[in-house]
Amino acid sequence: MPLLLSYSLRNLQERKLTNLLTATGMALVVFVYAAVLMLDSGLKQTLVATGEDTNVIFVRRSAEVEIQSLIDRRQARIIESQPEIVIGAEGAPLVSKEVAVLIAQPRRKTRQASNLLIRGVGPAALAVRPQVRIAEGRMFRPGSNEIVIGRALAGRFEDVEIGSSLRFAQREWRIVGRFDARGSGFDSEIWGDSEQLMQSFRRDFFSSITVRLADRSGFDALKARLEADPRLTIEAKRERIFYEEQSRLLSGFIQVLGLTLSVMFSLGAVIGATITMYAAVASRMMEVGVLRALGFRRSRILIAFLVEALLLALIGWAFGILFASLMTQVKITTLNWTSLSELAFRFVLTPGIVLKSLVFALVMGFLGGFLPAVRAARMKIVDALRVA
Amino acid sequence: MTVLHLSEARTGEDVLIALSDVSKSYRRGAQIVPVLSRLTFDIRRKEFLALMGPSGSGKSTMLNLIAGIDSPDHGSIKVGGEDITLLPEAELADWRAANVGFIFQFYNLMPVLTALENVELPLTLTDLGRRERRDRAQFALGLVGLSDRVKHLPSELSGGQQQRVAIARAIVTDPTLLVADEPTGDLDRQSAKEVLEIMQRLNRDMGKTIVMVTHDHRAAAHAKRIMSLEKGDLSYLVEQRLE
Repeated sequence: MPLLLSYSLRNLQERKLTNLLTATGMALVVFVYAAVLMLDSGLKQTLVATGEDTNVIFVRRSAEVEIQSLIDRRQARIIESQPEIVIGAEGAPLVSKEVAVLIAQPRRKTRQASNLLIRGVGPAALAVRPQVRIAEGRMFRPGSNEIVIGRALAGRFEDVEIGSSLRFAQREWRIVGRFDARGSGFDSEIWGDSEQLMQSFRRDFFSSITVRLADRSGFDALKARLEADPRLTIEAKRERIFYEEQSRLLSGFIQVLGLTLSVMFSLGAVIGATITMYAAVASRMMEVGVLRALGFRRSRILIAFLVEALLLALIGWAFGILFASLMTQVKITTLNWTSLSELAFRFVLTPGIVLKSLVFALVMGFLGGFLPAVRAARMKIVDALRVA
Repeated sequence: MTVLHLSEARTGEDVLIALSDVSKSYRRGAQIVPVLSRLTFDIRRKEFLALMGPSGSGKSTMLNLIAGIDSPDHGSIKVGGEDITLLPEAELADWRAANVGFIFQFYNLMPVLTALENVELPLTLTDLGRRERRDRAQFALGLVGLSDRVKHLPSELSGGQQQRVAIARAIVTDPTLLVADEPTGDLDRQSAKEVLEIMQRLNRDMGKTIVMVTHDHRAAAHAKRIMSLEKGDLSYLVEQRLE
């Protein structure tokens, strides 16, 4: 290790308590910053994972979410007859004509009602979405009052477990299975037979139609043709894009609020680092004078103190990111502001977040160390030596 | 002991340091306090010069000017023929690194570095590799009799030992000039004697030019020449040759 770096490191060890407190302040800010990014990343990952690139979702033109969308049976027939759609093992095109409805269900812990999304799906739903599989129990029988629940719902809502029944739309719905959608948004939904649910909710319109393409490159032609068809008032989107767009409102809020908080906290941490580094410079004026007398240029002194501040930030970052990584064990449930339904997701730590928080911490260290380092570098040698 | 007037100071090829018409003053609040006034004199190569004088006479200021850590208000200071007052700051730093070794009253070692690392510190400004830097630092510590203290921190050494480490640090880059500001001012008599003997040896055996500021006549007696400053003027020179 270069001697000057080792000198900076050892000086950090000399004033353990002060430096530890400063690093702790930085660690807290890094924690908040990383946690916000992890929350946002978790939200996006969950919603993006909900969609597949080979799937296309059709909703009514200008409808941002499925609950705003209506597609009648005539339009549905036109959509499902398109040649780009892959034919399934049973000889039928892989199409799921779906209805999405919100019901209010009390939460188990708070007893407060929250929105649950009921999705009526077609018989090909599992073939259209291969990431979804039945993890426990079985799939509902078509034409019955049976429903299956998403993995993330277990334990969160009253009566939402296999063997129980839910009452909504004037009927009792028996829960016969639990499905695993690999952490996607579907995990927070309840699925049943679309025709049964439509009857029960007295609707004659689908909310959306999801189709699986034989070749993902067929999307552009399909979209262009159907959106230009005068019989249709629909909009086609890749399923992944559709769900990604649903994350934008909440994600934007998390980012703005979280980053504002982070920046405000970081001001405190930067001031803390500045005070610590000013104290470090003041207590080592003699050393600065000697180094300068020995021939170390001002720039080297500047770098030495900046490196010290950056090392402090690095320690803070390491602790902060360590604490933040523990948050990956935490599951968050919140209302998705776009779909208005409950959504469960986890804090997700990505290499990008590790890198961003490192840069954030180093910027804090740099800002905190800069003025004290400049002061050290600008000191007159004779004045610095006179302190000794 | 021979007393010479300033006009008798030697000039010629063996001059290492030539001060010409040097003035220096400090600002104290609104007041300007003159410290050195139009000073002209030479210091020969391989000289061991003791600068004496009462407090505030300007001897430390003169030492700082010669060492290139302060600049005069007026006049030129040539060291080895180069006018260091004309050097830009960064070049002056390089010049100090290559040509000047410093010995301070309070040793001024880096408290977090070991004796060896303190001595190695100036060598980090050179192109030498780590191994060679270590070897040279070891050698310099050997010259001051501290080969067995290389891994000790300054706080684990006596005052005399710390000053010897400081001397090793001053000579490790093999500079032409050593400047010492009250090098024995903080030492007991025995340690002071050891330090002065080392300095004498560096001057005599290694040909180092040494300029030492001291209040102590016993310390000054180790020099080859004594110069006394009074209110910024060189009043007289005392040339003293060692037996």
